[in-house]
Amino acid sequence: MVDTMLEAMVQRKSETESTAEQKKIKLDISDLTVSYGKEAAISDVNFKIYENEIFGIIGPANAGKTSFLKALNLMNTFDANMKVEGKILFNGRDIHQLKNVYALRSRIGVVFPLPVGLPMTVYENVALSPRLRGIKDKASLDEIVQRCLQRSALWDEVKDRLDSLGSLLSGGQQQRLTIARALSQEPELLILDEFSIAVDPVTTMRIEEVLKELKNEMTIILVTNLVQQARRLADRTAFFLEGECIETGDTEALFNGQVENSKTTDYIEGRFG
Amino acid sequence: MTTTQTREAMNEQFDRRTLDWYIDKLVEIIVFISGISAIIFVVGIFVFVTMEGMGFLFDSFSFSEFFGSEYWEPSDEDAPEYGILALIAGTASVTGLAMLIAIPFSLGTAIYIAEFSTGKTREYLKVLVELLAAIPSVVWGFIGLTIMNPLIIEIFDVPVGLTVLNAGIILGLMAAPIMTSIAEDALKAVPDRYREAAEALGATRWQVIYKTVLPAAKNGLLGAILLGVGRGFGETMAVLMATGHAVNIPGSVFDSVRALTATIAAELGETAVGSEHYQVLFTIGIFLFLITFVINLTADLIVRGIKNQ
Repeated sequence: MVDTMLEAMVQRKSETESTAEQKKIKLDISDLTVSYGKEAAISDVNFKIYENEIFGIIGPANAGKTSFLKALNLMNTFDANMKVEGKILFNGRDIHQLKNVYALRSRIGVVFPLPVGLPMTVYENVALSPRLRGIKDKASLDEIVQRCLQRSALWDEVKDRLDSLGSLLSGGQQQRLTIARALSQEPELLILDEFSIAVDPVTTMRIEEVLKELKNEMTIILVTNLVQQARRLADRTAFFLEGECIETGDTEALFNGQVENSKTTDYIEGRFG
Repeated sequence: MTTTQTREAMNEQFDRRTLDWYIDKLVEIIVFISGISAIIFVVGIFVFVTMEGMGFLFDSFSFSEFFGSEYWEPSDEDAPEYGILALIAGTASVTGLAMLIAIPFSLGTAIYIAEFSTGKTREYLKVLVELLAAIPSVVWGFIGLTIMNPLIIEIFDVPVGLTVLNAGIILGLMAAPIMTSIAEDALKAVPDRYREAAEALGATRWQVIYKTVLPAAKNGLLGAILLGVGRGFGETMAVLMATGHAVNIPGSVFDSVRALTATIAAELGETAVGSEHYQVLFTIGIFLFLITFVINLTADLIVRGIKNQ
């Protein structure tokens, strides 16, 4: 009798919780551990990322931020040395059980910290992903290329030389090209790994404005070394330290000192890292 | 006062050359000589070959006969004829067939080693490929003579097995390991971030290779192919043993031919030093030297091209 009542209560509670959340869960990460050989890069990471939010990840070097991103994109198939344990649910599907990893990757756009202009023309760099999806029509490709380059704030600088090699652009331009390429995937999830390293402050601000708009169309994970960038952009933020996720929380709350662990405040205020 | 003295004493060192100084100079000279010896040898060989062939080249050399005639009859006492057209056809047909076999074979192996294999498999494969490259050409010739020959006769029901087909296969297998090694280096030189970037877009492994890795390694791969061609032109012993050594413009892969290199190897020992025949063989040598020089130079320039990109 008591049991059934308890059960009912628990059920009601979880119902109210789910209605309170409202937001759909994009990524559900539980007990995620990534290791290289015997060394764990991150261990026991648990949190959820909701749709149409910008989720910031901050933390000093070696905190495991990049390893976390690599696990999301199943980049471990590329690195035989990298081992991933735990569960990652993407749209509710366990990504380790997918039959076609390429389909997952094509829905996740990644911008690496160092710009990678593929050794092909600017146009081809951006048209590659649509072409992989099977779009052959020149007019549609033109349209996609222009739209993506405009959004990444690169169009004005390269519109007259779309046929020059992407790898010959300057570092900052290549970074924006990389962002354009990621956008050309029309991804559901956009991962930016310290995108502003190679970009000047003015362009960084322009891209940040674009990210705020993009939030309406996709979920964004923003890994950044610039704590203030996380504050400007992220709805929620996670703090990584030495392979552990110290805490996650509402960005403003974290920055206002509502933290579970004082280390978070110490890092945000620049006392270490 | 004392400080001035010590300073003068110290300054004396500026005029004294120590043992270390002489050793340094000596090593510099030795290394310099080793470095330029390669150039000296190449120039020296070219000068020597040209000098030996010069008599014929300036006296009775006829461009149209030398390159246009298919008659190679150097032993004819009354009217010897020195046409190397058939020999060129022999070398070209064997090299051509060898490349048809070696190019897909070596590129496939290189792609597998560089892009697909991992850990131990890759290490073993690399060692094996290098081992293959080290097999002496006479051994390959021996295989052509004793294994391929009866095999071809039996399978294709032809009277002779020492043919373009035989030599082409042997030469293709000989050239493939070196081409594989160089092609693999070219693929490995493509930065991993290109692969990662393409993979992140959702490209399959083959799409990554086809759309990104191969175009990026294009020059190195071309260089590998050209070096294979150079190897084909220069190879002597295996070709001598497997072609049948018959002066003939081949009509099919089942015809016997004779290669330029094999002709020199087989006949030079029987000619009188300084005779016309002797000089003609050296003229062929000049011709071969020029061809391989051009091929290697082109390959080198192409391979250099990647590094400057």
